[in-house]
Amino acid sequence: MPSLIDLTLEGRKVGQYGPWPRVAVDASVWTFAASELAHGRWSLLGLWGESATVHMAIMDGQTAEIAVVSLECPDRKFPSVGKHHPPALRLERTIHDLFGLSAESSPDARRWLDHNRWSVRFPLGGRIDALPNAAPYRFLAAEGDGLHQIAVGPVHAGIIEPGHFRFTASGETVVRLEQRLGYVHKGIDGLMTGASLARGVQLAGRTSGDSTVAYAYAFSRAAEVALDLAVPDRAVFLRALLAELERLANHLGDIGAICNDASFTLMHAHCGVLRESVLRAGGAAFGHRLMRDVVVPGGVSRDIGNGGAETIQAMLDNIRLRFPALVELYDNTASLQDRTVDTGTLTPPLARQYAAGGYIGRASGRAFDTRRTLAYPPYDSLRFDVPVLNEGDVNARVWIRVREVEQSLSLIDQILSRLPEGPTCKEVPLGGEVREGMAIVEGFRGDVLVWLRLRNGLIERCHIRDPSWFQWPLLEAVIENNIVADFPLCNKSFNCSYSGHDL
Amino acid sequence: MRKLLFESVFRQPLTEPAPSPDDAAVAELAAALGQAARRKLGRSLSIREVDAGSCNGCELEIHALNNAYYDVERFGLRFVASPRHADVLMVTGPVTKNMREALERTYHATPNPKWVVAVGDCARNGGCFAGSYAVVGGVSEVVPVDLHIPGCPPAPTAMLQGLLALLERADTGAATS
Repeated sequence: MPSLIDLTLEGRKVGQYGPWPRVAVDASVWTFAASELAHGRWSLLGLWGESATVHMAIMDGQTAEIAVVSLECPDRKFPSVGKHHPPALRLERTIHDLFGLSAESSPDARRWLDHNRWSVRFPLGGRIDALPNAAPYRFLAAEGDGLHQIAVGPVHAGIIEPGHFRFTASGETVVRLEQRLGYVHKGIDGLMTGASLARGVQLAGRTSGDSTVAYAYAFSRAAEVALDLAVPDRAVFLRALLAELERLANHLGDIGAICNDASFTLMHAHCGVLRESVLRAGGAAFGHRLMRDVVVPGGVSRDIGNGGAETIQAMLDNIRLRFPALVELYDNTASLQDRTVDTGTLTPPLARQYAAGGYIGRASGRAFDTRRTLAYPPYDSLRFDVPVLNEGDVNARVWIRVREVEQSLSLIDQILSRLPEGPTCKEVPLGGEVREGMAIVEGFRGDVLVWLRLRNGLIERCHIRDPSWFQWPLLEAVIENNIVADFPLCNKSFNCSYSGHDL
Repeated sequence: MRKLLFESVFRQPLTEPAPSPDDAAVAELAAALGQAARRKLGRSLSIREVDAGSCNGCELEIHALNNAYYDVERFGLRFVASPRHADVLMVTGPVTKNMREALERTYHATPNPKWVVAVGDCARNGGCFAGSYAVVGGVSEVVPVDLHIPGCPPAPTAMLQGLLALLERADTGAATS
């Protein structure tokens, strides 16, 4: 079995690159990589396009080696990866929608983000006018006696992001769920092109509101890798502090919200109060409740404010006091367990196939956490566990989040006690003519990947990949054979991002 | 669970004093609200939230309005599941081209009298997404807007101020009628 290193030796190394190599390969090596993905030897981390090139980021799960392979496609075609490895399908459809490069002999050539509303096709490739009358979107078929369809969205009944779900049900049991996304596509890849780093990080921080720190963090690290810039120690620790506060707020909110979807509102109320305490501490320490625009290339834009550390410490103490009773309540409420145990089960092989990140992967036996596996600073010097379970049901995902809350509390303690003195930001050099960088950062939902190329200090191409790309399709799988009424529980326990996915 | 419930009998309530309505918001509303509002609405507003393309930041803070600190229901403000039940559409995001029709249809499904509150900087003019091929721009490009609550995202208190201003105007309207 060839290692990723062998594969990269086959290709031609390309220009400036980040901590991992990027190599230009030919179609046969590209297809070989696809078949290795299909055989489960490597994991797909990302697949994105440019005007006449496609790029694929892959990882060897055993050794945590990462490489990007790039294939020129002058005739606007490339061999389909999705044909061998289904997790690539939606990414290929997106490459086609945005750049007009088609995946040859792909089993699914339908549009994905393009709903024929942009008045232009292939907006980032060879722009042409939109079709005057596009055919309606064709959902996949489900046939059988007594099946009925339930169409939900894009405007949902709750305060959530828009997307469309097409259920086919037999009685109460879901036979097939098909998602249609792209409603919140804002064209972030397009807006990035030609932007300065300052504007780039602003856009990155608005890709998915609940992960604003994670996105700005990943973007900034990618830019710093490209520019060969080391950020000050204090900024390294403050970034991790921000990231852990964000994780804490999201997990606390979601644990309550999952219970709320089982009509257990007491948990929701109490968890909501704890979440609010984190947001307020974030606001007190960094001037913004969601801590937006704090992480920037070169460091952080704001140091922790006067009394900020004390406010955060008081918040930690309060959570330590209140949270255990809530965990016990969750564990000891039979009606709640009845809804979460054995509901929406994601099997470990499927989680592995899709390289599912975050609590979704870790609740299904995939012990991947970029803080540990890729061990970027300061996590390489902090003590924490990566909790893993194998059950893969809603209950397991709740428990992983509970454990991660505990880990984050401990991490924040360690960071506050070791916070180095000194400057918080370095000036960002303009850099040489062409620079490239890639970074992967653990957001609360999983691994956020950012790849960018700078030309004379401006962004020539930036690709951002949300962990949801590989989690959304799994939600379609886990809902099968569950009842329609359990969909909210499955959905909330995944909590995939719409905006992060749609970009 | 009994212990938690029992404790909450003795614990101080978590709510804080309501913020006073924002002056600018009141001024913006003066022109927008009719005198019949109070008669029609009473002191309650049913709100349908529509994400027309936001990054989800505004939704997070709108969610917070329902937590025990802000507890909007105590002001008679209530989030409802259907536009058919709503007096107010609370719209976030730079309206994306892919969401434009859904927003229009939601607006038309909302019975009169109705108000549209645009929440967040993107909802005013597209914010940092303005100019994208995939974005229409502010909410007012698609449906008439009565009140805009700025912020990225606005904090829950700012939203509460805006919504209270909406009710206040409705009250004054009634008093002068």
